[in-house]
Amino acid sequence: MTATLLTNARLIDPDADTVTEGAVLLRDGLIAEIFDQPEPQVADADRIDAGRAFLAPGIVDIGVKVGEPGDRHKESYKTAGLAAAAGGVTTIVTRPDTDPAIDTPEVLEFIRDRAEDDAPVNVLPMAALTKGRAGREMTELGFLLDAGAVAFTDCDHVVTDTKVLSRALTYARSLGALVICHPQDPGLSKGAAATSGKFASLRGLPAVSAMAERMGLNRDLALVEMTGVRYHADQITTARALPALERAKKNGFDVTAGTSMHHLTLNELDVSDYRTFFKVKPPLRSEEDRQATVEAVRSGLIDIIGSFHTPQDEESKRLPFEEAASGAVGLETMLPVLLRLYHSGELELPTLFRALSRNPAKRLGLASGRMAKGAPADLVLFDADKPFVLDRFKLQSKSKNTPFDGARLQGKVLATFVAGTAVYRSA
Amino acid sequence: MRFDQRHLLGIEPLRPDEITTLLDLADQYVTLSRRREKHSNVLSGLTQINMFFENSTRTQASFEIAGQRLGADVMNMAMQASSIKKGETLIDTALTLNAMHPDLLVVRHPHSGAVDLLAQKVHCAVLNAGDGRHEHPTQALLDALTIRRAKGRLHRLNIAICGDIAHSRVARSNILLLQKMENRVRLVGPSTLIPAGMSEFGVEIYDDMRKGLEDVDVVMMLRLQKERMDGGFIPSEREYYHRWGLDADKLSHAKPDAIVMHPGPMNRGVEIDGTIADDINRSVIQEQVEMGVAVRMAAMDLLARNLRARPTELSA
Repeated sequence: MTATLLTNARLIDPDADTVTEGAVLLRDGLIAEIFDQPEPQVADADRIDAGRAFLAPGIVDIGVKVGEPGDRHKESYKTAGLAAAAGGVTTIVTRPDTDPAIDTPEVLEFIRDRAEDDAPVNVLPMAALTKGRAGREMTELGFLLDAGAVAFTDCDHVVTDTKVLSRALTYARSLGALVICHPQDPGLSKGAAATSGKFASLRGLPAVSAMAERMGLNRDLALVEMTGVRYHADQITTARALPALERAKKNGFDVTAGTSMHHLTLNELDVSDYRTFFKVKPPLRSEEDRQATVEAVRSGLIDIIGSFHTPQDEESKRLPFEEAASGAVGLETMLPVLLRLYHSGELELPTLFRALSRNPAKRLGLASGRMAKGAPADLVLFDADKPFVLDRFKLQSKSKNTPFDGARLQGKVLATFVAGTAVYRSA
Repeated sequence: MRFDQRHLLGIEPLRPDEITTLLDLADQYVTLSRRREKHSNVLSGLTQINMFFENSTRTQASFEIAGQRLGADVMNMAMQASSIKKGETLIDTALTLNAMHPDLLVVRHPHSGAVDLLAQKVHCAVLNAGDGRHEHPTQALLDALTIRRAKGRLHRLNIAICGDIAHSRVARSNILLLQKMENRVRLVGPSTLIPAGMSEFGVEIYDDMRKGLEDVDVVMMLRLQKERMDGGFIPSEREYYHRWGLDADKLSHAKPDAIVMHPGPMNRGVEIDGTIADDINRSVIQEQVEMGVAVRMAAMDLLARNLRARPTELSA
């Protein structure tokens, strides 16, 4: 296998919290060497001049929905993989909220095979915590772990029966498995399509108090204290949930939290005249909540940012807001969209990649997510300034449901490397 | 006199001068409607379709009469009985309609925003006859006309809107309209039926109805839906009536010449005492129904003028 030398790059190191000029040698799927001069001399390596573009550890996106099995017309492993590659995502961690749910080792093996055949990026599957995500009986956590499940989650289905959940968490604890929950009080949030407040009242939409997230999180954290499980909250999106998270971390529980690209860059007012592409779960929040969430990412209280890539076809979105499906595609748009926070001065690039690459890899026990010698050569090369107008029909995903259609964005992926091989090069 | 709207989807997009224009024209239609010969031909040659995805007797009848008085060809489609049951989407319904070339489309739908969605897809003028909990613009306009005729003005009035604000599109449209015309609006009702964030609208909120009615010029009662009684939002019908039902005692806190309004249909003995509803010195509930026809005639007339001013669109 030939080596590749990326010269003249600005290297983002989330561990050191630095951006430095240099070059990187990729060999045998690994980062073989990092040079602090931009144009080092290396024998028998293909040279790629990065032209002072940024080079960062590839994104590890936890919580990607692929439509296999059940909804292949919305997204296949092939299209999700292409979208990921085009977006600088080198590892997708897939959700089990498929049809049927990924709740047996057999289904898990099926999708692993599909992913291996079709996707140009790393695919790691998650499995359901309870059978059929119905919240009644735990799945075969041990078999699923052996079959390659990297975490267990019922996605947006909250396990309402705390006895069922506490047993599942206790069992998962004995296996050392990571459990991902959706902190949301199920009663309060039932039927909600928006966050309660002036906007939802004006639009006449059924709404949920932002407090439902804190209530869900508090319950989960009590169960974490009880069981000692490794716990990750999929999306924290409100200011009022943050103190509980901070307390749990201070008390030494094995707790991490994520948030979504949408909650960091949009607020409830973006829904405007019932634009269903802005309907996500949990619903978009107030501007105050958005700012608090960004600050929590900056401080490290929120560990991980994900796209929560949720492909939906046109029919399921072309409905009255209440009836329309939730979710947005994000694999390809996440980096340029989040660069808005870099351009606005809200987040520095090493901070961004700490949440996009380093922390999710660390949480899943992966070797990737680092700009270090010996780490997997999963990298993204991008121009942070290049402006463009997003055209949803040019996205690689089968589904085009992005809220950023027509948005003016700055920042484009130039190349994505997985194990040292370029899986995407911009035209 | 200007009215620059292509559709009437809500009060929110209307300017105060457009509201005045519409109400002035509606006044003329009140006069016309009171004549023996009530016919005009301003909508002749135009096709009006009333599409109701939710049951309605009065609003649908009011739109139908308004259209017929102005000479339109009116057709009613009861949608809950038709294609919706067969799984047709709203967009498909819109495309089907386009092929029939209607000029005015009157729509009621149980979901907020559904009428906006339909308006984006059809070529004709759309009138919102109520969408979910969002807006019911012609109801607010007929209320405004009723107030203006009873009080001689539509500004600097104290107006209390009482009851189930949370589920009411009538309340939302009225709040928006009355504030645009520079009135003081109070909301009176149990806190479970006052939606979140309402204080940010610049309205005053009262739990105590007697205090809420203090010195108001207009008392607007809202209907309490039967399914919202009994434990869900309020403890019981009788407790609701005791605390928020409009009776003579509570009304005595309002100005002596305060008028009483209700969008109908009324639940006598739940939100309003029957004798007050029937008191011709206080209640303008019958006038509201009359104004409803006139306001809908005016709205359709104005939209039709804008329709005729545009070049004929090629159908897609």
